[in-house]
Amino acid sequence: MPSRSQILTRAAMMRVRFEAAGAQIVDPPLLQPAETLLDLYGEDIRARAYVTSDALRGEQMLRPDFTLPVVQMHMANGAEPARYTYSGEVFRRQEHDPERSNEYVQVGYEVFDRDNPAGADAEVFSLFALQLSGLPLRAATGDIGILTAAVQGMKTTERRKAALMRHLWRPRRFRLLIERFAGRKPGPEGRDALLDAKGPLDIGVPMIGKRRASEIEARIDALREDRETPPITDTELAGLETLLNVRETMPFALEQLRDVAVDLPQIAPALDRLEDRVAALQTRGVDVERLDFEAAYGRTSMEYYDGFVFGFYAEGRPDLPPIATGGRYDALTRLLGNGAEIPAVGGVLRPDLMLEIEEATQ
Amino acid sequence: MSLKLGVPSKGRLMEKTFSWFEKRGITLSRSGSDREYAGRVEGIEGVSLILLSAGEIPRELAAGRIHLGVTGIDLVQEKLPRWEQQVEEISRLGFGRADLVIAAPACWVDVDTLDDLDAVAAAFRKTHGHRLRIATKYHRLVREFLTDAGVADYALVDSQGATEGTVVNETAEAIADITSTGETLRANHLKILSDGLVLKSQATLWRSREATYTPQQKAFLSEFLDRLKSG
Repeated sequence: MPSRSQILTRAAMMRVRFEAAGAQIVDPPLLQPAETLLDLYGEDIRARAYVTSDALRGEQMLRPDFTLPVVQMHMANGAEPARYTYSGEVFRRQEHDPERSNEYVQVGYEVFDRDNPAGADAEVFSLFALQLSGLPLRAATGDIGILTAAVQGMKTTERRKAALMRHLWRPRRFRLLIERFAGRKPGPEGRDALLDAKGPLDIGVPMIGKRRASEIEARIDALREDRETPPITDTELAGLETLLNVRETMPFALEQLRDVAVDLPQIAPALDRLEDRVAALQTRGVDVERLDFEAAYGRTSMEYYDGFVFGFYAEGRPDLPPIATGGRYDALTRLLGNGAEIPAVGGVLRPDLMLEIEEATQ
Repeated sequence: MSLKLGVPSKGRLMEKTFSWFEKRGITLSRSGSDREYAGRVEGIEGVSLILLSAGEIPRELAAGRIHLGVTGIDLVQEKLPRWEQQVEEISRLGFGRADLVIAAPACWVDVDTLDDLDAVAAAFRKTHGHRLRIATKYHRLVREFLTDAGVADYALVDSQGATEGTVVNETAEAIADITSTGETLRANHLKILSDGLVLKSQATLWRSREATYTPQQKAFLSEFLDRLKSG
């Protein structure tokens, strides 16, 4: 196993390379206010991050990642365009697997730039590939933006689209919703009776709790409206299904997705962006002919990403977490920007795992 | 050295555990006064009794400080994320039965399933500016259950007792708690979601996989297990 000083030396070297690419060093605090993280991730973050508290500042979390504080810092007082690099510990609870570290060093690079997003995507990916060159790794890429575009352009109600968007990152619930909206899954027993009832709230139990009768009535109205909404068409359903199953090298994936766009024309602009990215990657010398692309990649683990996503994995070591991950997170800057927003892309690398793989291959 | 058997130190759980062992020819008793937490074992050799709070027994088993222990499935699974690696279930004792369930106000006529709860959570957050609060003391079990079901936009708030009252008091919108008959839930105008059963629990005898066993203790253990089988 690599020693801590080896890991820190490697991390420092990697950060110097990102500096050479034009990045400014930042060093966010170890303790992060829990509220922002909870707002963003919900209760699930408590299973992954260490929470502590004091009477004055309330709940704090031991930094579970860098991206969030870097985005907050940039949105508060960053100049444009900006490139940042950092290295330091992040902390993740590992209660199910004693083999996984609960504290490890990440080195990262984040780009905030309005011009040429395809170029910025390619810049980040190729810099990461350079940092990782020589290691036996497999790169995976995807694009959450294509799925988002497919959902947002569906011929159905805004309410249904919002429900699908909310669960884009929970594939199982997403599928359940799709099946229901396609009329393939009946509602719970007694639902029709409830929606047909003259006074659905008159069941002789007292109104308790903070959720008021008006809110219950509003939901019943929404359910009634939804019952009258025609199901999602088979064409859209088949299109979505095909889209989620696209798994090819980049040029072939693009070709297949262009076929999907016949049924789902709303994804065409997202595909143009993918095409621009392929070209930009090629310009940077990335061998796109051999680069894997999965349309469903990044859906389960990378919640704030909303465009290009990528990861590097150790060949023959399924026990290891990804060596590097990253992607585009324009929506996160909007969420934390108090009205401002800026296209942003970046990622993190794990020097400890890189050293471990090097040791194993020597 | 004898095997250490941890048993809940109070109330019905202790009494029922004692009588369960009694039926198998093993007499457990508190030594000395009622206030003293030392115990005595008769009818079998090589087992000593440790009286503990039921909530501490999972931790003691996981640390290997006791070899055997009686406590609920709910407590073991809540407190030990890797319980399958840390303890082995020896026998379910048939009492202390309780279900951990998700319950919402009965007046929520539009909520029957977790799917409804999830939809309501999204709307609630928009209306009230905070996430829908679920009061519980079973944080891990409930969180894992809701994550698995794909429920979002909720917050768990800690409630160590009188959890059913939190909804009326408006410190939570729903609860996740243990119930055996559902009586207390109904009395507090709450209903169980149709797919809201998190876990079925009962008092269970566990063996620690983390404790060390000397050859002598191994012999005591196999004698002890044989005795339970014959009961």
